[in-house]
Amino acid sequence: MAPPDDDSVPKPLLPQLSRRAFFKGAGASALSATLAPSAHAADPSPPVLGPEPAPLTLSINGRTVTVQADPATTLAELVRNHLGLTGTKIGCDRGACSACTVWLDGEVAASCMTLAFDARGRKVTTIEGLAKGEALHPVQRAFVENDAMQCGFCTPGMVMSCAALVDRNPKCTLDDVKQAVSGHLCRCGTYPNVFKATLAAAQGGGKAKGNT
Amino acid sequence: MQDVKDTSDPRASNKPGGEQQQQQAGGPPQPPQPNPGPSRQQALPYGIVGAGLKEVTRRVPEDEPPPLPENAKLKSIGKPVSRLDGIEKVTGKARYTFDVQLPGMLWAKWVASPHPHARIKSIDTSAAERYPGVRAIHIPERILSTAQLRDPKAEQGNRYPTVRYAGQPVAAVAADTPRAAEAAVKLIKVEYEPLPHVSQLEEAMKENAPRVFPGPTEQPATAGGGGAPPGLPQKGNVRGPDNKPRGMGPRGDVNKGLSESEVVIEAEYRTQVQTHVPMEPHGLVADWKDDGLTLYASTQFVTSVREDAAELFDLPKSKVRVISDFTGGGFGAKYGIGNYGLLAIHLSRKAGAPVRMILDRREEHVSGGNRPNSIQRLKLGAKRDGSLVALQVQAYGTGGVAGGAGVGFCHSTLYECPNVLVEQYDVFTNAGPCAAFRAPGQVQGIFALEQTIDELAERLKMDPLALRGKLDVSGTDDCLARAQERKVGAERAGWNKRRPAGSDKGPIKRGLGFAQSQWLYLVQPSTACEVRVSGDGSVEAFSSTQDIGTGTRTILAQVVAEEFGLRAEDIGSHIGDSRYPMGPASGGSRVTSSLTPAARNAAYRCARELAARLAPVFKANAENIVFADGKVMVKGKAGSAMPFREAVKKAGFEEISQRAERRDDYEGYLFKTPDMALSRHGIGGVQFAEVAVDTETGIVKVERVVAVHDCGRPINPKLTESQIYGGVIQGVSYALYEERHLDAASGQQLNANVDQYKILGSRETPRIEVILLEQLGAQSSTDARGVAEPANVATAAAVANAFYNATGKRIRTLPMTPANVLAALRG
Repeated sequence: MAPPDDDSVPKPLLPQLSRRAFFKGAGASALSATLAPSAHAADPSPPVLGPEPAPLTLSINGRTVTVQADPATTLAELVRNHLGLTGTKIGCDRGACSACTVWLDGEVAASCMTLAFDARGRKVTTIEGLAKGEALHPVQRAFVENDAMQCGFCTPGMVMSCAALVDRNPKCTLDDVKQAVSGHLCRCGTYPNVFKATLAAAQGGGKAKGNT
Repeated sequence: MQDVKDTSDPRASNKPGGEQQQQQAGGPPQPPQPNPGPSRQQALPYGIVGAGLKEVTRRVPEDEPPPLPENAKLKSIGKPVSRLDGIEKVTGKARYTFDVQLPGMLWAKWVASPHPHARIKSIDTSAAERYPGVRAIHIPERILSTAQLRDPKAEQGNRYPTVRYAGQPVAAVAADTPRAAEAAVKLIKVEYEPLPHVSQLEEAMKENAPRVFPGPTEQPATAGGGGAPPGLPQKGNVRGPDNKPRGMGPRGDVNKGLSESEVVIEAEYRTQVQTHVPMEPHGLVADWKDDGLTLYASTQFVTSVREDAAELFDLPKSKVRVISDFTGGGFGAKYGIGNYGLLAIHLSRKAGAPVRMILDRREEHVSGGNRPNSIQRLKLGAKRDGSLVALQVQAYGTGGVAGGAGVGFCHSTLYECPNVLVEQYDVFTNAGPCAAFRAPGQVQGIFALEQTIDELAERLKMDPLALRGKLDVSGTDDCLARAQERKVGAERAGWNKRRPAGSDKGPIKRGLGFAQSQWLYLVQPSTACEVRVSGDGSVEAFSSTQDIGTGTRTILAQVVAEEFGLRAEDIGSHIGDSRYPMGPASGGSRVTSSLTPAARNAAYRCARELAARLAPVFKANAENIVFADGKVMVKGKAGSAMPFREAVKKAGFEEISQRAERRDDYEGYLFKTPDMALSRHGIGGVQFAEVAVDTETGIVKVERVVAVHDCGRPINPKLTESQIYGGVIQGVSYALYEERHLDAASGQQLNANVDQYKILGSRETPRIEVILLEQLGAQSSTDARGVAEPANVATAAAVANAFYNATGKRIRTLPMTPANVLAALRG
């Protein structure tokens, strides 16, 4: 029962919507969510899909996976419900809490605001793909050492953003860290340790030690 | 808790803290002697480590483990061990209820009433039943978490539960996919007969306001607190007064006291509705099978989920298993099965498949619980020397369709005052039910009380710290802690550099303020713990308690490790399963105080049994077998040392196991039931806040908080510090930003999301400095107490007092939004 004030991104009910209208809305939301044109947007005649599930091939954590998904499926739903990668959380389902943060080609993105089909041709990294085998990313290690978590529900998203920051800018400052997690909500209020952990990971060499 | 101290008990003469006050008539019943049975007199360390530790002698059970020395002399307890489940959390492997995916699991969604008050005339589910993928539909026959009519006859002719808030569940669907469930709920046709509604506190107090309930109501508390005492009068929507919050007060004659006062401070304070916003919403996965019901619950109390399910579905507890591996925050609101759980279980039974019912963010805000608002009128009378003569409080608040909108017990317990009258009223409105929220009531109460005390200090030209020192004299452990906390906190915060109110000339004004915290020291007597040693040297601990983010697994392991000379990482720490010995609720800051003594006693017994088994291996007496640094050795013979696992293997047994229960506090309690015991001591804490107020825009920034806290013996200072950060941050968030907005016309929440319901984020996080005392109360085998709630009590009041110091104006309305700030500055 969506109340009149609900201004969330429309999630149309498939049976009530034409394919054309669906793609119009979907494309716009994906663009505004990632602020980056996706590779296939340039294709002059994209195949028309849906509402029935269609095959979808994605690169997730270095593996190529093919699943059947209806085109309204968000990337967050896909990794969680189709692939069982439940480390990616959904806290608000409208891009406001960042619990669902993943990487698309190494850049952070809200997976609840990204259609799974819009991730085609891009390298998706989820929290499960951040560590290299047993070797944790330096940010993961630093989060544990500095207790940068309490209930831990927001933690995977936080880690993805902080790891992206440290990989991109090993000389990051406190302000950079605050900026990197400014969209992340932690209700337990563990931000001070997130700052501490991320700076510690950066000072420890960040990218050099762990993730590529 | 000075008001409830008793002098009738001969044991009182042994109590630390000196003078006792007369217990009020009608106070809690006298509890029996603690720990009946064989006992010994035991010397125990008592006091604040580093600030005058002394020795007291107490009667303890005969087989109680020897007292622990201060943390500096221990190997595992008191050490900043990293969270044992930290790696699971940073790798995404931690499985929350939100993540449970069972074979054949169905997805459930409910129909929420768009009306804030309505009778349901009919519900037609036929179209939804035909929708592809739909497997079960259920219409609830009752609604949980709300107040209940004292006399249900008033509504007994109704076929369906009356809708009393917009967002109340009306029916639910379980389907193969989330998409199908969402589509199907839209096909359920509900015919409503809308009734007049009222959603605003003051409107609801009017005599001619629409009635939320047709008669008087009751609202029992959860293990997290909240609720309202039984049998109170109710007139219209107004229920009360409750003049004995938590069984404390009233005392003396306030009118006489006020007339004898030389200074009277009088003011009205207003606080807002705050929602809990756990990042993992409320939810449950129910798996009904012929041989039993399994529930995966996002909960603060595994036991409460089992009890609710057993009771509501008439099942023996043995047929209900509750699993809670990780809970993504709770803050007081996650008790019992809730409406989502009730529906999930019904749907699972009907569909013959597991059903996942987890609220979305809107549903969480609207129906998951909230901290009630308040209008508090305080009248404080004092003598010119600062001593209090009378305190009168009248408080109204609304918890929507639930009771429990009180403003705490601080008025009767924090400061010495001979005449106290607190009258608290619950006002029902057509809004989602409140729930216990991190120090329920006390946060609102302290916001007003600590500003009033500051105002008195200002009026009397006294230092606010010195005035507290004069008034906070109950002598209980929390009082002693606060005295030390004021001292070290003032030094750290730079109190002596504090300037007169409104010193800054420019538009941005800075100030420093402080406020005191007080919370209950609670124990759950039903707590038990089992410790096992396997023949291969594995050591494991078991408790049904859960972890909502505090680090329960870790502290359990630390306490057990200490007895075996092992590291916490060596211990298998198993929680979150109702099949384990009963663990405490994560509510009332009682997990650590309840669990760790039981765990230590079980570990101690198990270690002594192990020593007996190892004695022949070492050709020594069992008393001389010691466990240290991962080794077993004969006392005084370093050469005999053998690695723990190797030694255990030589003993040649399969498994030994010991179980222990939480003993009573050595001094006993004020009040004890199987679920809850209340100490006469409380938990203290003081916080200092530095704020910057932009007097042109009305924007307030909290720049720094010094939080000085006590929690008995800290078991893990790193995790304790995290909780204190959290308490401060939630407190700042409450003080500055958070407010539920209900539209009066529609009864709908206008900001039921996390973009418009603002909670504090990284950019607003102040610099927080935590100072943690180690206070040994000589009460249990670990002397640990909780800290989650105490850390959240004083923050808003400290910020408000700093606001006054910055601007010279009182802010008596929360949150400190630009509108409220500019209004306060004009005032």
